[in-house]
Amino acid sequence: MTAPENIAREVQVALGRRYRFSASHRLHNAKLSDAENRELYGKCNNPHGHGHNYVLEVLLSGPLDPATGMIANLTDLDAFVEQQVLQDYDHKSFNEDVAEFRDRVPTTENLCLDIFQRLKTFPLAKLERIRVEETGNNSFEYAGEHTEEILL
Amino acid sequence: MILLTRKIEFSASHRYDNPAWSPEENRRVFGKCNNPHGHGHNYTLEVTVAGEPHPVTGMVLDLKELKDLLDREVMQRMDHRNLNAEVPELAGKIPTCENIALVIWNLLEPKIPSGTLHRVRLYESADLFADCYRAAQSNGHAPAAKAGK
Repeated sequence: MTAPENIAREVQVALGRRYRFSASHRLHNAKLSDAENRELYGKCNNPHGHGHNYVLEVLLSGPLDPATGMIANLTDLDAFVEQQVLQDYDHKSFNEDVAEFRDRVPTTENLCLDIFQRLKTFPLAKLERIRVEETGNNSFEYAGEHTEEILL
Repeated sequence: MILLTRKIEFSASHRYDNPAWSPEENRRVFGKCNNPHGHGHNYTLEVTVAGEPHPVTGMVLDLKELKDLLDREVMQRMDHRNLNAEVPELAGKIPTCENIALVIWNLLEPKIPSGTLHRVRLYESADLFADCYRAAQSNGHAPAAKAGK
Protein backbone atom coordinates (compact mmCIF):
# COMPACT_ATOMS: atom_id res chain seq x y z
CA MET A 1 0.00 0.00 0.00
CA THR A 2 1.19 3.50 -0.78
CA ALA A 3 2.28 5.56 2.19
CA PRO A 4 -0.58 7.72 3.53
CA GLU A 5 1.42 10.89 2.87
CA ASN A 6 1.47 10.14 -0.85
CA ILE A 7 -2.19 9.21 -0.96
CA ALA A 8 -3.18 12.46 0.67
CA ARG A 9 -1.43 14.41 -2.07
CA GLU A 10 -2.90 12.48 -4.95
CA VAL A 11 -6.42 11.64 -3.90
CA GLN A 12 -8.77 14.18 -2.43
CA VAL A 13 -11.14 13.28 0.35
CA ALA A 14 -14.30 15.20 1.08
CA LEU A 15 -16.71 14.99 3.97
CA GLY A 16 -20.45 15.27 3.43
CA ARG A 17 -22.92 16.04 6.19
CA ARG A 18 -26.69 16.53 5.95
CA TYR A 19 -28.83 18.83 8.05
CA ARG A 20 -32.54 19.58 8.10
CA PHE A 21 -34.53 22.72 8.56
CA SER A 22 -38.17 23.61 8.08
CA ALA A 23 -39.18 27.07 7.00
CA SER A 24 -41.84 29.00 5.15
CA HIS A 25 -41.52 31.37 2.27
CA ARG A 26 -43.40 33.22 -0.41
CA LEU A 27 -41.96 33.83 -3.84
CA HIS A 28 -42.84 37.40 -4.64
CA ASN A 29 -40.83 40.13 -6.32
CA ALA A 30 -41.97 43.60 -5.30
CA LYS A 31 -40.70 45.01 -8.59
CA LEU A 32 -43.32 43.02 -10.49
CA SER A 33 -47.08 43.53 -10.51
CA ASP A 34 -49.35 41.19 -8.59
CA ALA A 35 -50.49 39.67 -11.86
CA GLU A 36 -46.92 39.18 -13.04
CA ASN A 37 -45.99 37.58 -9.72
CA ARG A 38 -48.91 35.18 -9.95
CA GLU A 39 -48.04 34.35 -13.51
CA LEU A 40 -44.36 33.82 -12.72
CA TYR A 41 -44.48 32.01 -9.38
CA GLY A 42 -47.87 30.30 -9.50
CA LYS A 43 -48.81 28.63 -6.20
CA CYS A 44 -45.53 29.79 -4.68
CA ASN A 45 -46.91 33.34 -4.81
CA ASN A 46 -49.90 32.57 -2.59
CA PRO A 47 -50.17 35.57 -0.24
CA HIS A 48 -49.73 33.81 3.09
CA GLY A 49 -46.78 31.69 2.09
CA HIS A 50 -46.12 27.99 2.48
CA GLY A 51 -43.28 25.85 3.82
CA HIS A 52 -40.89 23.02 3.14
CA ASN A 53 -38.75 20.52 4.96
CA TYR A 54 -35.38 21.42 3.54
CA VAL A 55 -32.26 19.27 3.57
CA LEU A 56 -28.87 20.97 3.52
CA GLU A 57 -25.87 18.93 2.42
CA VAL A 58 -22.45 20.41 3.18
CA LEU A 59 -19.32 19.11 1.44
CA LEU A 60 -15.90 19.91 2.90
CA SER A 61 -12.45 18.96 1.69
CA GLY A 62 -9.06 18.99 3.31
CA PRO A 63 -6.25 16.80 4.55
CA LEU A 64 -7.03 14.08 7.06
CA ASP A 65 -5.67 14.87 10.49
CA PRO A 66 -3.53 11.79 11.21
CA ALA A 67 -4.40 11.95 14.91
CA THR A 68 -8.15 11.76 14.34
CA GLY A 69 -8.53 10.39 10.80
CA MET A 70 -10.89 13.28 10.14
CA ILE A 71 -11.13 16.25 7.81
CA ALA A 72 -12.99 18.06 10.56
CA ASN A 73 -14.54 16.94 13.81
CA LEU A 74 -18.31 16.66 13.35
CA THR A 75 -18.85 18.32 16.70
CA ASP A 76 -17.17 21.47 15.37
CA LEU A 77 -18.93 21.32 12.00
CA ASP A 78 -22.36 20.70 13.54
CA ALA A 79 -21.94 23.59 15.96
CA PHE A 80 -20.82 25.90 13.16
CA VAL A 81 -23.73 25.02 10.85
CA GLU A 82 -26.15 25.33 13.75
CA GLN A 83 -24.84 28.77 14.62
CA GLN A 84 -24.38 30.08 11.07
CA VAL A 85 -27.47 28.69 9.37
CA LEU A 86 -29.92 26.58 11.35
CA GLN A 87 -30.51 29.06 14.18
CA ASP A 88 -31.54 31.68 11.64
CA TYR A 89 -33.38 29.39 9.24
CA ASP A 90 -35.15 26.63 11.15
CA HIS A 91 -38.85 27.21 11.84
CA LYS A 92 -38.70 30.69 10.41
CA SER A 93 -40.35 32.60 7.63
CA PHE A 94 -37.63 33.61 5.19
CA ASN A 95 -39.46 36.68 3.96
CA GLU A 96 -40.05 38.12 7.42
CA ASP A 97 -37.43 36.60 9.71
CA VAL A 98 -34.19 36.39 7.72
CA ALA A 99 -32.68 39.77 6.90
CA GLU A 100 -31.02 38.56 3.70
CA PHE A 101 -34.43 37.84 2.18
CA ARG A 102 -36.21 41.07 2.97
CA ASP A 103 -35.38 42.26 -0.54
CA ARG A 104 -34.45 39.01 -2.20
CA VAL A 105 -36.85 36.32 -3.36
CA PRO A 106 -36.29 33.25 -1.16
CA THR A 107 -35.96 30.73 -3.93
CA THR A 108 -33.80 27.74 -3.12
CA GLU A 109 -31.23 29.11 -5.58
CA ASN A 110 -30.95 32.23 -3.43
CA LEU A 111 -30.88 30.13 -0.25
CA CYS A 112 -27.85 28.35 -1.72
CA LEU A 113 -26.05 31.65 -2.27
CA ASP A 114 -26.80 32.84 1.25
CA ILE A 115 -25.88 29.54 2.91
CA PHE A 116 -22.58 29.37 1.03
CA GLN A 117 -21.70 32.85 2.29
CA ARG A 118 -22.56 31.82 5.83
CA LEU A 119 -20.50 28.62 5.74
CA LYS A 120 -17.47 29.51 3.66
CA THR A 121 -15.64 30.89 6.68
CA PHE A 122 -15.56 27.47 8.39
CA PRO A 123 -12.02 27.57 9.78
CA LEU A 124 -11.16 23.86 9.85
CA ALA A 125 -11.66 22.76 6.22
CA LYS A 126 -12.47 24.09 2.78
CA LEU A 127 -16.12 24.43 1.84
CA GLU A 128 -16.38 22.67 -1.53
CA ARG A 129 -20.06 22.72 -2.25
CA ILE A 130 -23.49 22.83 -0.72
CA ARG A 131 -26.66 21.19 -1.92
CA VAL A 132 -30.15 22.12 -0.77
CA GLU A 133 -33.17 19.90 -1.27
CA GLU A 134 -36.35 21.93 -1.22
CA THR A 135 -38.33 18.70 -1.50
CA GLY A 136 -37.27 15.17 -2.30
CA ASN A 137 -37.73 16.06 -5.96
CA ASN A 138 -35.98 19.43 -6.22
CA SER A 139 -32.39 20.07 -5.26
CA PHE A 140 -29.92 22.87 -5.92
CA GLU A 141 -26.12 22.93 -5.68
CA TYR A 142 -23.65 25.75 -5.37
CA ALA A 143 -19.86 25.67 -5.25
CA GLY A 144 -19.18 29.36 -4.76
CA GLU A 145 -18.44 30.53 -8.28
CA HIS A 146 -18.95 34.23 -9.00
CA THR A 147 -20.62 34.75 -5.67
CA GLU A 148 -20.17 38.48 -5.47
CA GLU A 149 -21.55 39.19 -8.93
CA ILE A 150 -24.60 37.06 -8.38
CA LEU A 151 -25.36 38.53 -5.00
CA LEU A 152 -25.26 42.04 -6.37
CA MET B 1 -17.82 10.06 -20.95
CA ILE B 2 -20.33 8.00 -19.03
CA LEU B 3 -20.39 7.65 -15.26
CA LEU B 4 -21.59 4.32 -13.96
CA THR B 5 -22.36 3.77 -10.28
CA ARG B 6 -22.76 0.55 -8.37
CA LYS B 7 -24.06 0.54 -4.80
CA ILE B 8 -23.43 -2.05 -2.10
CA GLU B 9 -24.16 -2.18 1.61
CA PHE B 10 -22.14 -3.68 4.40
CA SER B 11 -22.36 -3.67 8.18
CA ALA B 12 -19.37 -3.33 10.45
CA SER B 13 -18.29 -2.19 13.89
CA HIS B 14 -15.60 0.25 14.87
CA ARG B 15 -14.21 2.39 17.65
CA TYR B 16 -12.34 5.70 17.57
CA ASP B 17 -9.38 5.66 19.90
CA ASN B 18 -5.97 7.24 19.53
CA PRO B 19 -3.52 5.24 21.68
CA ALA B 20 -1.19 8.25 21.89
CA TRP B 21 -3.82 10.09 23.94
CA SER B 22 -5.16 9.67 27.46
CA PRO B 23 -8.63 8.14 27.94
CA GLU B 24 -9.92 11.57 28.89
CA GLU B 25 -8.54 13.17 25.72
CA ASN B 26 -10.02 10.38 23.60
CA ARG B 27 -13.44 10.84 25.18
CA ARG B 28 -13.24 14.60 24.75
CA VAL B 29 -12.35 14.43 21.04
CA PHE B 30 -14.31 11.38 19.92
CA GLY B 31 -17.27 11.43 22.32
CA LYS B 32 -19.59 8.43 21.94
CA CYS B 33 -17.40 7.06 19.16
CA ASN B 34 -14.82 6.27 21.84
CA ASN B 35 -17.11 3.94 23.83
CA PRO B 36 -14.85 1.04 24.87
CA HIS B 37 -16.70 -1.81 23.22
CA GLY B 38 -17.31 -0.08 19.91
CA HIS B 39 -20.49 0.35 17.91
CA GLY B 40 -21.58 -0.31 14.35
CA HIS B 41 -23.12 1.09 11.23
CA ASN B 42 -24.84 -0.01 8.07
CA TYR B 43 -22.51 1.45 5.48
CA THR B 44 -23.59 2.22 1.93
CA LEU B 45 -20.85 2.36 -0.66
CA GLU B 46 -21.32 3.98 -4.06
CA VAL B 47 -18.57 3.28 -6.56
CA THR B 48 -18.55 5.38 -9.72
CA VAL B 49 -16.53 4.40 -12.79
CA ALA B 50 -15.96 6.73 -15.75
CA GLY B 51 -15.49 5.51 -19.29
CA GLU B 52 -16.79 5.22 -22.82
CA PRO B 53 -19.28 2.52 -23.82
CA HIS B 54 -17.53 -0.35 -25.60
CA PRO B 55 -18.53 -0.34 -29.30
CA VAL B 56 -19.57 -3.99 -29.21
CA THR B 57 -21.11 -4.43 -25.76
CA GLY B 58 -22.38 -0.89 -25.24
CA MET B 59 -21.04 -1.09 -21.69
CA VAL B 60 -18.44 0.96 -19.82
CA LEU B 61 -17.63 -2.20 -17.94
CA ASP B 62 -19.31 -5.49 -17.17
CA LEU B 63 -21.34 -4.90 -14.01
CA LYS B 64 -20.80 -8.52 -13.05
CA GLU B 65 -17.05 -7.91 -12.95
CA LEU B 66 -17.54 -4.81 -10.83
CA LYS B 67 -19.88 -6.68 -8.52
CA ASP B 68 -17.32 -9.48 -8.11
CA LEU B 69 -14.55 -6.94 -7.47
CA LEU B 70 -16.60 -5.18 -4.77
CA ASP B 71 -17.47 -8.51 -3.22
CA ARG B 72 -13.84 -9.60 -3.14
CA GLU B 73 -12.25 -6.34 -2.02
CA VAL B 74 -14.92 -4.78 0.17
CA MET B 75 -17.60 -7.23 1.27
CA GLN B 76 -15.27 -10.08 2.20
CA ARG B 77 -12.90 -7.68 3.91
CA MET B 78 -15.36 -5.47 5.81
CA ASP B 79 -18.88 -6.91 5.97
CA HIS B 80 -19.77 -8.07 9.48
CA ARG B 81 -16.26 -7.30 10.65
CA ASN B 82 -14.69 -5.19 13.33
CA LEU B 83 -12.87 -2.55 11.30
CA ASN B 84 -10.26 -1.88 14.00
CA ALA B 85 -9.32 -5.50 14.58
CA GLU B 86 -9.97 -7.31 11.31
CA VAL B 87 -9.06 -4.98 8.46
CA PRO B 88 -5.25 -4.77 8.14
CA GLU B 89 -5.43 -1.73 5.85
CA LEU B 90 -6.98 0.23 8.72
CA ALA B 91 -4.48 -0.92 11.34
CA GLY B 92 -3.05 2.05 13.18
CA LYS B 93 -5.66 4.40 11.72
CA ILE B 94 -8.86 5.75 13.20
CA PRO B 95 -11.58 4.02 11.15
CA THR B 96 -13.44 7.20 10.27
CA CYS B 97 -15.64 7.42 7.22
CA GLU B 98 -12.82 9.38 5.53
CA ASN B 99 -10.17 6.74 6.23
CA ILE B 100 -12.41 3.81 5.24
CA ALA B 101 -13.32 5.54 1.97
CA LEU B 102 -9.63 6.15 1.27
CA VAL B 103 -8.77 2.49 1.96
CA ILE B 104 -11.56 1.40 -0.38
CA TRP B 105 -10.34 3.82 -3.07
CA ASN B 106 -6.82 2.40 -2.85
CA LEU B 107 -8.08 -1.17 -2.96
CA LEU B 108 -10.28 -0.60 -5.98
CA GLU B 109 -8.47 1.91 -8.16
CA PRO B 110 -5.76 -0.41 -9.56
CA LYS B 111 -8.25 -3.22 -10.14
CA ILE B 112 -11.07 -1.52 -12.05
CA PRO B 113 -11.34 -3.81 -15.12
CA SER B 114 -12.12 -1.06 -17.64
CA GLY B 115 -12.72 2.66 -17.39
CA THR B 116 -11.28 4.59 -14.46
CA LEU B 117 -12.42 4.93 -10.89
CA HIS B 118 -14.12 8.32 -10.69
CA ARG B 119 -15.50 8.52 -7.18
CA VAL B 120 -15.95 6.44 -4.05
CA ARG B 121 -18.70 7.66 -1.77
CA LEU B 122 -19.13 5.93 1.56
CA TYR B 123 -22.19 6.66 3.70
CA GLU B 124 -21.81 5.87 7.38
CA SER B 125 -25.40 6.96 7.87
CA ALA B 126 -27.91 8.81 5.72
CA ASP B 127 -26.51 12.10 7.05
CA LEU B 128 -22.77 11.47 6.91
CA PHE B 129 -20.56 10.43 4.01
CA ALA B 130 -17.03 10.72 2.67
CA ASP B 131 -16.03 11.09 -0.99
CA CYS B 132 -12.69 10.13 -2.56
CA TYR B 133 -11.73 11.31 -6.00
CA ARG B 134 -8.77 12.51 -8.00
CA ALA B 135 -8.57 16.26 -7.54
CA ALA B 136 -8.62 16.84 -11.29
CA GLN B 137 -11.98 15.09 -11.48
CA SER B 138 -13.64 17.24 -8.87
CA ASN B 139 -15.77 20.23 -9.68
CA GLY B 140 -12.75 22.19 -10.87
CA HIS B 141 -11.52 23.23 -7.46
CA ALA B 142 -7.89 22.73 -6.55
CA PRO B 143 -7.15 20.49 -3.58
CA ALA B 144 -7.42 22.21 -0.24
CA ALA B 145 -4.42 24.46 0.19
CA LYS B 146 -3.80 23.38 3.75
CA ALA B 147 -0.69 21.19 3.81
CA GLY B 148 -1.42 19.48 7.11
CA LYS B 149 -2.49 20.00 10.66
